[in-house]
Amino acid sequence: MRKLSKLRRSALASPLLLVIALFAIGTTFSVASATNKSELTTDQRSAQIAEGKQIFLKGCSSCHGLNLEGGAIAPSLIGVGAASVDFQVGTGRMPMADMSTQAVRKKPVYNDEQTAALAAYVASTAPGPAIPTESMLNYERDGNTAEGGTLFRTNCAMCHNFAGQGGALTQGKYAPSLMGVEPKYIYEALITGPQAMPVFSDKTLTPAEKLSVIKWIKGAENEPQLGGAALGRVGPVTEGLLVWTLGLGLLIGVAVWLATKAR
Amino acid sequence: MSNEIEAIKDPGLPAHVHRKADTDPVAEKRAERQVAILFLISALGTLLFIFAYYFIADDVFVFLPVMGNTNAHQLLLGLGLAIALFFIGAAAIHWAKTLMPDEEVIAMRHTMRSDDEDRENFVATVKERSAAAGLGRRSLIKRSMGLSLGLIGLSPLVLLRDLGPLPKDDLTKTSWMAGTRLVTDPGDRPIRPEDLEIGAVAQVLPKLRPDQKRTLNDIGKDAVLLIRIRPEEFQLSAERLSWTYDGIIAFSKICSHMGCAVALYEQTTKHLLCPCHQSTFDVPRAAKVIFGPAARPLPQLAITVDAEGYLIAQKPFNEPVGPSFWERSS
Amino acid sequence: MTARERVAGTVANYVDERTGAAKWAKKNLTKVFPDHWSFLLGEVALYSFIILLLSGTFLTFWFDPSQREVLYEGSYEPLNGLHMSAAYASTLHISFEVRGGLLMRQIHHWAALIFMAAIVVHLMRVYFTGAFRKPREFNWIIGVGLLTLGIVEGFLGYSLPDDLLSGTGIRIAEAIIQALPVVGTYIAFFAFGGAFPGEAFIPRIFTVHVLLLPGIFLALITVHLMLVWYQKHTQWPGPGRTEKNVVGYPLMPAYMAKAGGFFFIVFGVTAFLGAVASINPIWLYGPYNPGQISAGSQPDWYMGWLDGLVRMAPPLELHLLGHTIPLNILIPGLIVPGILFTGLALYPFIESWITGDKREHHLLDRPRNVPNRTALGVMSLTFMLVALLNGGNDIIATTFHLGINQIMWFSRIAIFVLPPIAFVVTKRICLSLQRADRELVLHGRETGRLLMLPHGEFVEVHEPISPELAWKLTAHEQAPALALEDVDARGVRRAGGLKNKLRKRISAANAESIAKPTANDLKEIEHH
Repeated sequence: MRKLSKLRRSALASPLLLVIALFAIGTTFSVASATNKSELTTDQRSAQIAEGKQIFLKGCSSCHGLNLEGGAIAPSLIGVGAASVDFQVGTGRMPMADMSTQAVRKKPVYNDEQTAALAAYVASTAPGPAIPTESMLNYERDGNTAEGGTLFRTNCAMCHNFAGQGGALTQGKYAPSLMGVEPKYIYEALITGPQAMPVFSDKTLTPAEKLSVIKWIKGAENEPQLGGAALGRVGPVTEGLLVWTLGLGLLIGVAVWLATKAR
Repeated sequence: MSNEIEAIKDPGLPAHVHRKADTDPVAEKRAERQVAILFLISALGTLLFIFAYYFIADDVFVFLPVMGNTNAHQLLLGLGLAIALFFIGAAAIHWAKTLMPDEEVIAMRHTMRSDDEDRENFVATVKERSAAAGLGRRSLIKRSMGLSLGLIGLSPLVLLRDLGPLPKDDLTKTSWMAGTRLVTDPGDRPIRPEDLEIGAVAQVLPKLRPDQKRTLNDIGKDAVLLIRIRPEEFQLSAERLSWTYDGIIAFSKICSHMGCAVALYEQTTKHLLCPCHQSTFDVPRAAKVIFGPAARPLPQLAITVDAEGYLIAQKPFNEPVGPSFWERSS
Repeated sequence: MTARERVAGTVANYVDERTGAAKWAKKNLTKVFPDHWSFLLGEVALYSFIILLLSGTFLTFWFDPSQREVLYEGSYEPLNGLHMSAAYASTLHISFEVRGGLLMRQIHHWAALIFMAAIVVHLMRVYFTGAFRKPREFNWIIGVGLLTLGIVEGFLGYSLPDDLLSGTGIRIAEAIIQALPVVGTYIAFFAFGGAFPGEAFIPRIFTVHVLLLPGIFLALITVHLMLVWYQKHTQWPGPGRTEKNVVGYPLMPAYMAKAGGFFFIVFGVTAFLGAVASINPIWLYGPYNPGQISAGSQPDWYMGWLDGLVRMAPPLELHLLGHTIPLNILIPGLIVPGILFTGLALYPFIESWITGDKREHHLLDRPRNVPNRTALGVMSLTFMLVALLNGGNDIIATTFHLGINQIMWFSRIAIFVLPPIAFVVTKRICLSLQRADRELVLHGRETGRLLMLPHGEFVEVHEPISPELAWKLTAHEQAPALALEDVDARGVRRAGGLKNKLRKRISAANAESIAKPTANDLKEIEHH
């Protein structure tokens, strides 16, 4: 007891207590909010759907229709599922900035909560692929890199290039780079087929195989430069460019020095 | 008349200008030192090379701007070698430029043509020697020699015959038979139509018999791409429509142009693009070529389902898959 | 006599008593080489070839040229447990288990790219300066042969590791062979030991890559250099330089030190690239599988123009009497390259037919003084460049946010439109440069200093140029067009009238030039 009271009187006591208190509050809050997210009550759910509907009517319905039926410039959203909304809105592709050939990744317009509400609303209208949960995305545990590489080269490399750097499609469209894309969004893209990308069904590319693909992509993303500057990892084009600029430039530079008369 | 137009005259080789090092002993010493320093830098490069080889593990990485997280072993080994080599060259060239004699000298050329006497002698010798061989007179020898030399040229061609088998029907046959199940590549799992959503693709191969092993040769002919679209979007002849199943259509993945794997499918436009030469095929119209160098649609595989509800081939491909060849009839 | 001189004397004596080489060696050690940076481009190619031999030999110690299937259990984690060919697995082994192996692989590949680039710029130098003219036509043909073989050799090397990219390249090569009318499928089956990809092709091209072609290279390069040596190097026009002499530095010691040093420079630059820049990262491509492909599958740059031509070809295929002739492959893959390379090889003879010039030439042309040849060269380069750019159209599209279809259409039109434009523009530029030369000789260099004349007019002071420069700018010949009569002396039309007419027209176009200033012109100006 004396020890404790001694400690209480020490100069460090109040800051220390403050830190402990803050930590405790933070932990409780995060635990509470985590449980909130995963286990919404029916009331909360219908409130979320209502909020999502409001956002949809304000921000999306002019293109996708008041009842998600789609229109001349935008596809129907009936049955696209929460995963699709989470991908498109969460990566900032939707709402589109302009009517260009392709929706590009940008800073999201809606925050996480609004995105979740939108997803819940769209999912409530018709069944569709759900947002994968944390436990479904443990690619470190459930994926196999080598198998993922084979799957990637068979299913993905033709558009996204052998190292996931992206590539050209027809008429100015392109497959984006996969570097730095969150596992959740890769997974959602695979099950929903956003824009030009086709769908990779769970029966032909199983969830475990999807995680292997993600694990391989993450491995490629984090792979250090084993042989020097990567030159964009796009193959021989940049290599040829380097030879004609730096390589021949250096050699011709030395040749000019060699052939000038010393003074 | 002829000297009316007078060309500008050649002033002749300008007088040699001496370098500093030729006349100034201080400059000479300086040049000598510079050459020595260059050689020493090269020696340091070799030391770096040896050090990197033995003492830098190949799993050490350093972060460098522009290059990123780079393997230190490979980088320093290479830089050591580059420095060692480059500076030997730089030293030798600097030495030659500053200290070796640099006075330009003139050497005379001679025309390639020999003088007339030699040429006449040469021609005469050729005539005389060939007459001595008597090739012109002995036509029997000439002809038989021509025959034997001509024939012996065939023997290497004959010897090369065993390089490979004749094509026979190898280019026209694939492993797809009536009733062959479609299985995923990789994974070898059979597929039900309901496994594919609208807009889905699947890379498939024919199911192997238990005693079979799949080779790359097989994949090179058998690879097939399954695509599911809305059935009403097909613009196919009645026959081709009967080759699809509930919106699922199957094409050979081997490009009809030069054999690359055509698997780049755009769900929105329903176009298939070959990444090698950018031939573009329109899926709803039986992979009709709409852009690029390919001249033929991708061969379509007729599919249906078996009693257990798995996708199977109705029959083999009705045309050879892959690039064109002479024996191909259409 | 110093000790060093004594040793040198003893060695020389020893060698001569056994070879009788004294006279020959003395002559050649003092052989004169003209010095100019552009004369070193061929040396870059030669030295890259030596680097290729050295690094290539190192790689063969570990490379297993076999398509036998093996299970990979090496240190590159992302491929562990996969089945692949022994060729691919051994290339991974060289890259990750052999110390310095990756460096050597990268040096070998960079050296190959530099080798081809150096051959091309060397060819450009020889072409644009007219160094191919008599007596050097043989060497020109050997050079074109080396260029062609270099493309083949490079492609085989690119194919050896059996990764996804190189397998795709082989796949396309097989399609070209298979496209040949009548014999195509037979040759393809013989080359591959059966159907594609088989297990025979890589072992076979390995022998060709490391034995047959390097042997032919060595032989051709030897003859190429011996001819340069024997015919003596060409030189740029300038004071004291004539068709009858060669001005430069003696082989020993200055030229020897420079050329020897330059070898180390080329090796050093190649090693530098091998150290800092990744090339052909086969571990990322993965093992070859005919069912797989990567976006942006390209050949190395020296094949890129060929790929670009194939990409832009129209979808033409002939079906005749139950046979197929794929023109979409044959035209861009074989016929156009065949015409281009035949034309290139025959160019010295074509030009001499046009000019009627059968004399020896050892002084180089300044490109501006031969506008037609220069324009034709730029025109050909423009053609190749459009084809090359189209070969990388997908990379260009993603980098610059363009569409591949648009780039393809641009290339399809540009390949016909841009080369003639390049010809006309280049010719005009050449003639303008000739005019500028003439002005310079006649009126001197503008000094930028202004002078006020007594009556108030300002004039710029022109400084006369040196007699050396004046000579250099006027040393070239300006041959008139060929005077070819359509009818002979008796008024009878000559045979081959159409050929004659053509030759006359080309010759007239060829002779178009700005008259070079003469001493008379200069005198006339002085009088004013």
